[in-house]
Amino acid sequence: MIDKATYQALGLTDDEYEAIVELLGRHPNELEVAMYSVMWSEHCSYKSSKVHLRRLPTTAPWVLVGPGEGAGVIDIGDDLAIAVRIESHNHPSAIEPYQGAATGVGGIIRDIFSMGARPIALMDPLRFGSLDDARTRYLVEGVVAGISGYGNSVGVPTVGGELVFDDCYRENPLVNVFCLGILPKSRLVLARAEGVGNLAVLLGSATGRDGIGGASVLASAGFDDSSATKRPSVQVGDPFEEKRLIEACLELLDEGLALGVQDLGAAGLSCAAAETAAATGAGMDVDFTQVPQREPNMNPIEIMTSESQERMLAIVTPENLDRVLALCARWEVRANVVGHVTDTGRFRIFSGSFTGNDPADMSRCVADIPCASLGQGPVYERPQARPLDHAEVLLADPAPELLAMFPDGTDLSGELLRLLSTPTIGDSSWVWRQYDHQLFLNTVVGPGGDATVLRLPDTERGLALSVDGKARFCRLDPRTGARLGVLEAARNVACSGAEPRALVNCLNFGNPEHPEVMWQFSQAVDGMSEACSALGIPVIGGNVSFYNESRGADIDPTPVVGVIGVIDSLAAPPPGMAFSPGEHVVTLGTTLAEFGGSEWAYVVHGIDGGSPPVADLDAARYLHGLIRDLVSRRVVSAVHDVSDGGYGVALAEMAIAGGVGASLIPEDDQSHAAWCFSESASRIVVTVPPEKLSEVLTAAADAKVTARDCGTTGGTRLIVNGVFDVAVSDLATTWRSAVPLALGVNE
Amino acid sequence: MARRVAVVVFPGTNCELDVARAISSLGAHTESVFHLEDSLGSAEAVIIPGGFAHGDYLRTGALAQFSPIMESVSAFAAAGGPVLGICNGFQILTETGLLPGALQKNAGLKFLCASVGLSVASNRSVLTRTTTVGDQLQIPINHFEGNYICDRETLAQMKANDQIVLRYTDNPNGSLDDIAGVSNEAGNVVGLMPHPERASAEILGSVDGLVLLESFLAPL
Repeated sequence: MIDKATYQALGLTDDEYEAIVELLGRHPNELEVAMYSVMWSEHCSYKSSKVHLRRLPTTAPWVLVGPGEGAGVIDIGDDLAIAVRIESHNHPSAIEPYQGAATGVGGIIRDIFSMGARPIALMDPLRFGSLDDARTRYLVEGVVAGISGYGNSVGVPTVGGELVFDDCYRENPLVNVFCLGILPKSRLVLARAEGVGNLAVLLGSATGRDGIGGASVLASAGFDDSSATKRPSVQVGDPFEEKRLIEACLELLDEGLALGVQDLGAAGLSCAAAETAAATGAGMDVDFTQVPQREPNMNPIEIMTSESQERMLAIVTPENLDRVLALCARWEVRANVVGHVTDTGRFRIFSGSFTGNDPADMSRCVADIPCASLGQGPVYERPQARPLDHAEVLLADPAPELLAMFPDGTDLSGELLRLLSTPTIGDSSWVWRQYDHQLFLNTVVGPGGDATVLRLPDTERGLALSVDGKARFCRLDPRTGARLGVLEAARNVACSGAEPRALVNCLNFGNPEHPEVMWQFSQAVDGMSEACSALGIPVIGGNVSFYNESRGADIDPTPVVGVIGVIDSLAAPPPGMAFSPGEHVVTLGTTLAEFGGSEWAYVVHGIDGGSPPVADLDAARYLHGLIRDLVSRRVVSAVHDVSDGGYGVALAEMAIAGGVGASLIPEDDQSHAAWCFSESASRIVVTVPPEKLSEVLTAAADAKVTARDCGTTGGTRLIVNGVFDVAVSDLATTWRSAVPLALGVNE
Repeated sequence: MARRVAVVVFPGTNCELDVARAISSLGAHTESVFHLEDSLGSAEAVIIPGGFAHGDYLRTGALAQFSPIMESVSAFAAAGGPVLGICNGFQILTETGLLPGALQKNAGLKFLCASVGLSVASNRSVLTRTTTVGDQLQIPINHFEGNYICDRETLAQMKANDQIVLRYTDNPNGSLDDIAGVSNEAGNVVGLMPHPERASAEILGSVDGLVLLESFLAPL
């Protein structure tokens, strides 16, 4: 019998242990309890989030696979489908940045090709503490090197991401990774173990002692002084093994040799085998002695729950086994039969042969549980509490203080430069130049634009992708902040002329046992749900990462979303953000004096509090429809979403991109500082050739979007009359050196 | 024009489909040849594409030289057949001894994916024979080990034989003498770090890579 200390050390509560006893009708043995502890961990079971996630809209006619599978899949026409997933690898990356980030990339790629899709794009939303901290700089360098080292070598381009700095992530950085794959609709497979007698073939790396308990030990608890000793729970990645696995698995599926393939992720072989069987109500028998081992004398618990990377489980018919083994040998991929499908509904693990049910076999049975029970973990409706000071925080509007400091007539040139020198706003090319972002020749707009644009091979169409999160807005008000995150990602996608088709979310939150965190979570789900419903975007998958805390302090609630849009006609690249001379600069949308959580208030002036900008869903819908239309008809020559740092930063980035200035007049019914640096939502800057100006203004009026002609581009200075006046070259130098300077690297 | 182009694929190679796509857009036919094969069939030209052959373990390109297909590639080269190594393919050709010099880690000690300016330094090679010396091209690089090096004698010899094919206009990786691509003495074997296939369509931002690939496919 298992003692209390053992199951508690594995992360199980007394009630959870009792539930296992009840399910089995006896006490579990050590191996069984190890499997339950992982599968019932927060990371694998979503036990605290499940009741909330049900509120997200998940359906649309084009959704082929919704949340709950390895990846979400949508139909994009032309007999093509795309598979998408987003994951977090926060805790491993905090402990061992290179391998933590690398194995995050490896894991998500396997989720994509296990659906039969070829992975063609990665994106990495990254969040770290302030770069004045030496350990943070080490984390940034390590994480970026890990993504670069693994992603480039495995042969999947990293085409975008985010780079955000905020001190709430100092001890607990957020390393999220998004992957997209493409597949002929006919190749779509789900991980299902069907057909009694069919074989479970383990593909890929030998199994070692690395990563044991990763899901329960690392991902489902916060950080404290003992965290460094958790390093052995971080797995080690081998991109070359993974590259061969991709090719071998896709070929197996193409040739119809595998009925399904499943990634070995959290809880390793035990979870993969039980899940594939549970999906069809079948059973599975596994002989752990057939698992190739990296080191001698591994015990069954280690073998069955190891999270060694680059392993897949394929279900194949006995007739096809020889061909499967030959195909794998050609790709130098190890393949071993480790089990077979049964009709018992049970997941049984044997030490040695497992030919039937005779008593001699059963004496070698070391675990015997109902397959489905691993997925029947507890569901918690944890207590929620709105923070006591929330109303007060919302009322602490930074606007009066800022507007008093910077009345109209103040030269804001210095303020603009200060914003451009913050690493969150500054040029992030130091990061993405280290990523292969061009492989497969699909990258029409790479990292650094509003949205990444990929052309779809053999079609006239394209995809637009954007990952965004507005954590500081979420801290002030999680519901509005979550809405704003969705709006920004959807707006970015619209700026390239795309119609949003799907959203995946990575919900990074603190400790769910803190009622304030559960309140933030619930509110954020509501906000996301409202925005997705208003824009008609189904949520097709996601990941919840709780326990992002250190020493009792939770991170800001950080829901990150990835929006996938489809561009119907992509004969030429969409207009970029670059100014060219002689065009009209037109702002679309409405500006209010909204500084709560803005870069200018918080980062530049250290003023916390206030309400986030209003997230008007109708205004967003009108604006997105308008910009999609203008971009599709190519009546605008440049387009840029307005986000961190407001119009000031958006205009500066457009000037830097084109190496061209502009001479503009600020809005007269708004204070200059607000017009420049407010982060009001749903705004876009476009440039328009003179002959198209009236057409654009009319289209905006028809779409119920406020449009204003602010002046014209040209010259070498960015001038807003009476507000700021800076040489474009100075803007560029400040913006380009922000990240390298903060990292202390030579450029 | 060479109609049948063999594209050699090692485990870990990842640019083979891109190269095939660019070559097909020029009207030629590519055939993927797995590293375990020992014949190039009826190929009229051979390309070793980029990627991480054999995981780049031990040293970039070091293990690939022992793959069975490389004997045929060497024989094909010795018979004067056009052979092109792109990025990892260039590294493999230097390790195999078909091209002089070696590629070491970038001076900045970081992987670098960026569009760079190139200048044609010789039009004696199969890759540049339809170009003019001094032609400027914009083509992406994508490598960690692209810093070309060779001893002084070899450099002098290469200069004397006009084997330096392409130079960077703004050296991104510390390469000796700004070298981006070199050929063997005969000019039929060429290696370069930039990826011409990535500059093969207007929508990708440049078609300068096609200039080189067209030259490579042009009749001898």
